[in-house]
Amino acid sequence: MTKTLKRLDLIFKNEGDSEAILEKTLSRNNEDIISDLIASGLKGRGGAGFPTGLKWRLTGEVEADQKYVICNADEGEPGTFKDREILSSVPHKVLTGMAVCGRIIGATKGFIYLRNEYKFLVPKLRTALDDFHLIMDKLNLDFRVDIFMGSGAYICGEESALFESMEGKRGEPRNKPPYPTNYGYNGKPTVINNVETLAHTYSIFKYGAEKFRDLGVKDSRGSKVFSVSGDTPIPGIYELEFGMTLQRFVDDFGDGDAKAVQVGGAAGFCVPRKRFEKTIIGYQGKLTGVSLPTGGSMMIFNSSRSMYNVLHNYLEFFVEESCGQCTPCRVGTQQLLMGVEAVKRGDKSSDYLNKLLELSEIMRQTAKCGLGQSVANSFSSIVENFKEEMIY
Amino acid sequence: MPESQSIVHKAATKRGRKRQSLLPILQDIYEHKHVIDEEDMVEVARELDISAAHVYGTATFYSFLETRQSGQFIIRLCKTITCMMHGKNLILQELERILKIKPGQTTPDGLFTLKEANCLGQCHKGPAMLVNDTPHTELTPEKIRDIIDGYRREALKL
Ligand SMILES: Cc1cc2nc3c(=O)[nH]c(=O)nc-3n(C[C@H](O)[C@H](O)[C@H](O)COP(=O)(O)O)c2cc1C
Ligand code: SF4
Repeated sequence: MTKTLKRLDLIFKNEGDSEAILEKTLSRNNEDIISDLIASGLKGRGGAGFPTGLKWRLTGEVEADQKYVICNADEGEPGTFKDREILSSVPHKVLTGMAVCGRIIGATKGFIYLRNEYKFLVPKLRTALDDFHLIMDKLNLDFRVDIFMGSGAYICGEESALFESMEGKRGEPRNKPPYPTNYGYNGKPTVINNVETLAHTYSIFKYGAEKFRDLGVKDSRGSKVFSVSGDTPIPGIYELEFGMTLQRFVDDFGDGDAKAVQVGGAAGFCVPRKRFEKTIIGYQGKLTGVSLPTGGSMMIFNSSRSMYNVLHNYLEFFVEESCGQCTPCRVGTQQLLMGVEAVKRGDKSSDYLNKLLELSEIMRQTAKCGLGQSVANSFSSIVENFKEEMIY
Repeated sequence: MPESQSIVHKAATKRGRKRQSLLPILQDIYEHKHVIDEEDMVEVARELDISAAHVYGTATFYSFLETRQSGQFIIRLCKTITCMMHGKNLILQELERILKIKPGQTTPDGLFTLKEANCLGQCHKGPAMLVNDTPHTELTPEKIRDIIDGYRREALKL
């Protein structure tokens, strides 16, 4: 009998104390707050896992007449829906994080970039913003947050594409460097953080760095909000400690017949049953030699599912959502899709899968942004682990 | 002032005449007319003093902006894997049956446009769809009939 995983309640607990927490935090100096964030071990929850305190410090150090704080609420990764829940139930935590960040880096303007699929949240968010701006006035803080609506493009979750989109352009990623810390929205230094990352800063302000650091394992500190879907009797949003094995996760959330879990969405990795025990959920978790994406999308597939259908679905997604700017990704995604279809039909021999694997590796190395680079994650982990299903 | 010109003018006045306002302006136009046509784009370009090609490039990039006339109610049915696993195809068949259209088409009365969409962020409650901005989740064929009926009544102001 395995013990069930501890469910945490830091993010969603609402004690109506945001004004007090904000006041308490702002009474400390910038360097102390940043040191706390760094000591807490908090890393970005949007995918790249960059240390949050360091991001704020770097942006603070750049001289500029204008800077911005942006909350990334584009949440387009298939299988994630936790940012929606955070924004609808505890928006004040996200806003508090943004205000503190604004004071630290010297920004007076913030934005929430909200995906159009979540437009129904706007009335609620506006109420939260009104309350927030009253607190800003009361505390004499010059910081205002607006909502910027996306218009249905997964790629706009990529930070530089998001800036382009806000500037009225096609959502096409920029070359990096320069990074947002120096050159973000309107070419100004910008902190861009995921919704959940900002909500975690609130927990750190409130409970202290120690308490956050005590959760999780080395290199993966704190709690993480997971979006659980697929073949599970209990789909939903769960806050769990970092560092569990995938086996423990499946024991709790699977339907008893899980054959694979897709961790991190279409851009993430597929882990087959035989590797559940060895796979650790956290930044240092080794999955096909690459650290685990941290978006928190967990899609469970049981033995009745065709992994060919799963891969086909992801590839269609990438073909549609590729911005088309660079050739490896624009052409590569289409070739991968046509390629697996041809093998399935029998028009190409099974050896052709190896060619496709090579192509996905080339995309990892040559595509301009994370979208094209990460297609190989799901492609190779599904094709290599479920080869028969691709062929027959 | 022709109607479309006045909508563009109003949107530009409200959002500000700068490039950073382009997406909000296009969104406003789309919300009003359920289409952004070439005339609108030329007009937006004039208001913002940028090239019409830039407006066109931006307007055609985003899946929630349409350059073809859509119906009063735009149905976006999620086709991502978890919704598929929970019976999205049955829902699609039911929608096609009662609306008598295929994805990408609009009913002749101009009420409904049917589209398939990527992940709507409702995976724990699939199958899911958006009708304009409103999510509908845990869909079944019976539920679909009620939902469509409800929107028909709304359109007829019953
Ligand atoms: C294709 C692509 C899509 C992305 N989508 C999102 C998203 O929807 N939300 C998000 O927070 N980050 C997304 N990211 C990551 C962002 O570029 C960025 O790293 C993140 O917002 C930084 O915030 P964090 O440090 O708090 O994680 C995406 C990245 C790529 C390459
Ligand atoms: S990798 Fe894909 S999404 Fe990224 S810039 Fe290239 S074409 Fe666009």
